[in-house]
Amino acid sequence: MIKLSLTVNGRRVTADIDPRTLLVDFLRSNLRLTGTHVGCDTSQCGACTVHLNGQSVKSCAVLAASCEGAEVVTIEGLATGTTLHPMQEAFREHHALQCGFCTPGMIMAGVDIVNRHGAKLDEATIRKELEGNLCRCTGYHNIVRAIETGAAAMAGAKVAAE
Amino acid sequence: MQAFDYRRPGTLNEADLALKASPGAKLLAGGQTLLPTMKLRLATPDSIIDLSGIASLKGIARKDGGLAIGAMTTHAAVATSGDVKGAIPGLAKLAGGIGDPQVRHRGTIGGSIANNDPAADYPAAVLALGATLQTSKRSISADDFFQGLFATALEENEILTEINFPVPQSFAYAKFDQPASRFALVGVAVARTAGGVRVAVTGAGQSGVFRWTEAEKALSANFSASALDSIKLDASNVMSDVHGSADYRAHLVGVMARRAVAG
Amino acid sequence: MTDQGIGASVKRKEDLRFITGKGQYVDDINRHGQAYAVFARSPVAHATINNIDVSEALASPGVLGVYTGADLAADKIGGLICGWMIHSKDGSPMKAGAHPALAQGKVRYVGDHVAVVIAETLDQAKDAAGLIQVDYGELPAVVDVASAQAAGKAQIHDEAPGNTVYQWHLGDKDAVDAAFSKAAHVTKLDIVNNRLVPNAMEPRAAIGDYDAGQDQFTLYTTSQNPHVARLVLSAFIGIAPENKLRVIAPDVGGGFGSKIFIYAEETVCIWAAKKVGRPVKWVAERTEAFLADAHGRDHVTTAELAMDVSGKILALRASTKANLGAYLSTFASSVPTYLYAPLLSGQYDIPAIYCEVDGVYTTTTPVDAYRGAGRPEATFVVERLIEVAARETGRDPAEFRRMNFIKSFPHQTPVIMAYDAGNYGASLDKALEMADYKGLAARKAESAKKGKLRGLGFSAYIEACGIAPSRAVGSLGAGVGLWESAEIRVNPVGTIEVLTGSHSHGQGHETTFAQVIASKLGVPIEQVSIVHGDTDKVQMGMGTYGSRSGAVGASAIVKASEKIIAKGKRVAAACMEVPEDSVDFENGEFLGRGTNKKMTFGEVALQAYVAHKFDPEVIEPGLKEGSFYDPKNFTFPSGVHIAEIEIDPETGHTRIDRWTAVDDFGILINPMIVEGQVHGGIAQGVGQAMLEHTVYDENGQLITGSFMDYTMPRADDLPSYNVAMTTTPCPSNPLGVKGCGEAGAIAAPPALINAITDALGHEDIAMPATPQAVWRAAQKSARKMAAE
Repeated sequence: MIKLSLTVNGRRVTADIDPRTLLVDFLRSNLRLTGTHVGCDTSQCGACTVHLNGQSVKSCAVLAASCEGAEVVTIEGLATGTTLHPMQEAFREHHALQCGFCTPGMIMAGVDIVNRHGAKLDEATIRKELEGNLCRCTGYHNIVRAIETGAAAMAGAKVAAE
Repeated sequence: MQAFDYRRPGTLNEADLALKASPGAKLLAGGQTLLPTMKLRLATPDSIIDLSGIASLKGIARKDGGLAIGAMTTHAAVATSGDVKGAIPGLAKLAGGIGDPQVRHRGTIGGSIANNDPAADYPAAVLALGATLQTSKRSISADDFFQGLFATALEENEILTEINFPVPQSFAYAKFDQPASRFALVGVAVARTAGGVRVAVTGAGQSGVFRWTEAEKALSANFSASALDSIKLDASNVMSDVHGSADYRAHLVGVMARRAVAG
Repeated sequence: MTDQGIGASVKRKEDLRFITGKGQYVDDINRHGQAYAVFARSPVAHATINNIDVSEALASPGVLGVYTGADLAADKIGGLICGWMIHSKDGSPMKAGAHPALAQGKVRYVGDHVAVVIAETLDQAKDAAGLIQVDYGELPAVVDVASAQAAGKAQIHDEAPGNTVYQWHLGDKDAVDAAFSKAAHVTKLDIVNNRLVPNAMEPRAAIGDYDAGQDQFTLYTTSQNPHVARLVLSAFIGIAPENKLRVIAPDVGGGFGSKIFIYAEETVCIWAAKKVGRPVKWVAERTEAFLADAHGRDHVTTAELAMDVSGKILALRASTKANLGAYLSTFASSVPTYLYAPLLSGQYDIPAIYCEVDGVYTTTTPVDAYRGAGRPEATFVVERLIEVAARETGRDPAEFRRMNFIKSFPHQTPVIMAYDAGNYGASLDKALEMADYKGLAARKAESAKKGKLRGLGFSAYIEACGIAPSRAVGSLGAGVGLWESAEIRVNPVGTIEVLTGSHSHGQGHETTFAQVIASKLGVPIEQVSIVHGDTDKVQMGMGTYGSRSGAVGASAIVKASEKIIAKGKRVAAACMEVPEDSVDFENGEFLGRGTNKKMTFGEVALQAYVAHKFDPEVIEPGLKEGSFYDPKNFTFPSGVHIAEIEIDPETGHTRIDRWTAVDDFGILINPMIVEGQVHGGIAQGVGQAMLEHTVYDENGQLITGSFMDYTMPRADDLPSYNVAMTTTPCPSNPLGVKGCGEAGAIAAPPALINAITDALGHEDIAMPATPQAVWRAAQKSARKMAAE
């Protein structure tokens, strides 16, 4: 067992863990944050996407132990109280989810795309940037619309805050 | 996964010592290859040495007229680096095409090169650019480094620390994706270096990345896509699988080489 | 209520929990003291089990139990069933072998479930599973139908000589033969409908729990139909009587058919929970799912179309070999028979049709329904024949279709189905306009200038869904009825719960069903809860698949709401002191006709429960009504999809330039949700047509056994879709709804293959049209054109 301490969704967390614990299992089992999902075992599907030190990563391919001292944000940490993050709102607005299983990973990936590219995203860029996120239900059309809208809303929110 | 001893050294020295204490330990870089392999129980190391805590292994700098990239530098960092984009823009583009955004935030240049997956992108760039691999023990030239499928010149207690890329006159990499994994079905790197034209092919060779010497000769005489029209890669040593037969791959090598030359 | 009722694109009520990570999928649920199950699976495709030694596994740390088929047999646990009897041409019943939940005596495919380990932790269970020693006596593997039916190769089940489960047929062979003998032109195609792995994003999972104090079982399962699971587990497998078995299907992450069936894993988990005295949890790993989930499609067909000199179709015949896999899955027998052949008329007036189907065992994963289930296979046959026939006879593919469209309804096809309503010409007109068909030649020339090959392909599809009238399917061999149930509970203060036998695993029922209530009862959707997925709450239902929840599930809600209104009128009449038959219900209010007396829905609800104002001998207190709705007919969604693509001949890469979909689903409850279903269906159809390849080697090993090798459609493989609707209301249900869940997956593959073959100069190409396949075909085509 090794000692791990990190920040998850703004809260300091410490735990004794088996070194083989993946970040996704630490989140789901140790912290009971079951919003991050496991959809595959070869790191293609992206349902496990979270933010690690501000960057999107597949939490199924990261050891929790490698996150010593890190900041992790999961889907549960996106909203502020009961106020949804603009990307979350955009997904609902555009019917960008059906079964919801890929959705947390998709939203986290979407936020990261905007963080890196800014608000003006063309369709081809969004589709390429979603290479690491599979969806079997939506055919992606509404997900692309949602990310376009979420990006604009995030820029608007940024301007308002400044 | 099966259980393992775990260490996360803070310095290269500590990592060296840890490796000596557990010979046969696996070095964990970005984990984007090793962890999935361990999850499927295709690899069952007794001991893991996690390099993610060693700051000195990360970073990009202009050094000795070339680019020095720390082995633990992520693909995303290479792809967005001003230094790389300025010195070898084709290398930044290559890094930006590895995997997907999440993988690029964790996967490292050192991990990719040390693993030498026959469909990985970086080995083609390292070979084409004639890079030098710095390890905890010595320097190894690119031509001596890659030794077959998943095999490199790295010895058991040796840690890859830095990759030195000389700045070429030009460098481009063109890749055709295997549709499922998005690894290279075929990838061709073409560099005009101080030592001449170098063409390295990944995804196609039965023994991993290789230099296509026939193409190097043709391009040395005439650096243009049409110079490659009359030569064809011999398909007899080319990989064949459900995604691409040998003749299709051999054909794609020619196509990608032309596209890399055309820029 | 028009902005919330039927026809409104209301945003989904269920989204909040999914976008905040608060969904409750089976793996999110943890029972106190739960143990973990890992299945030991056969590494070989076909073998006798000579011995299983579990001693080392049993002694492994943390292990609570290790069980094999012998243990299930000792407890008299029955095997997995196939619920649809098919008879062969000679009248004999299908030849089916047993399908035990853990193998008995033999294994028949790589992945076949041999034993289960239950341990304190998942890693301990995995470690122990690796210690189970099985002595296999290997037998020959056969992965394709031709090898399986070849004499002397391998006998998979003793009951089925030549591995042939049935030899079935439909239609009039003599009439078809006669028509072909007189035909001016015959088009013939050999077609493979490629095997697919459904791969819903949520892997299958189960938690079995047993309460010894109450002798009560509870099963959490990723099921599209928890009541059917309970019925099968109770009546056929013998886990427990129904009243002692609760089945809960909570949030389920996609199904596409693969989560209809009752599998070994949930059977073993629920049984084992009592054996070990602990809850038992199993979650599939993705590579496990590739082996253990039912696959889809896998037909090999020779098909022919006969036409007269004017281009009128005279007859169609098809001979199909259907690969059923190693065992018959729950609905497997019906998919290549009654869900396939009756659609071979397509949208066309075809006087004579004949279809023969062999259902064949092979040593591969069992095959069963997958989005479309038989109708994609039929549509591909028809739409490829039509397209090729048009090209062979120099006719425009759109006009050739139009001249053969059925134009008057109802229309009785020669293959059981009687189409009730449609306007195929209207769909075609709209699609041609949206796709800018007129501009195609110019776009082809532009592409050619850039060294690319552009092509366009049509798919005029029709499907039969809204399954199904119980007596009709019963007469065809189904073991169950296919009605649906709804119970409307009006609470005293006017909020409503609708208990539905349908199950939502992405379809948005919590919203659409509430919209139906908003329209029928005038209650805002915020005050309506849709309850589904728990056999303790909803008494009985048949579940969601076959695009039935709108046509059948929502119709049950309409029927129940009519009963609510009827009772409400009686209560209102008593309260308002007007004659019983003089109350009208409009816009959520009960009105005394010819008076100015009125009561709101909420007021009537309260009075129904307070029961002060009417004689309880005449009117019972309460306001709760149920309905079991049995559909009068299948429904017949139809439409035209047009795919336009551009091929890079140097690499064979195909880019989809634009996709046009014009669908007729009758009345739409929520257009936004319907469009989403079309988008998702198209993506899966594109996946089948050019990406997804399920490949077995000759030893029965699945080569494409993970996402590294099985190509799932990604966002950059697909365009945005241009979707429009035309409307001919469905005459056979109270809502006029036809259903939309599978149409995209049915329509898309032939549209794409027709487009690719158009670009390639009509060279045929098999699915999936991967870059390598397209490159080869382009080479062949270029050589041909050079030669001409």
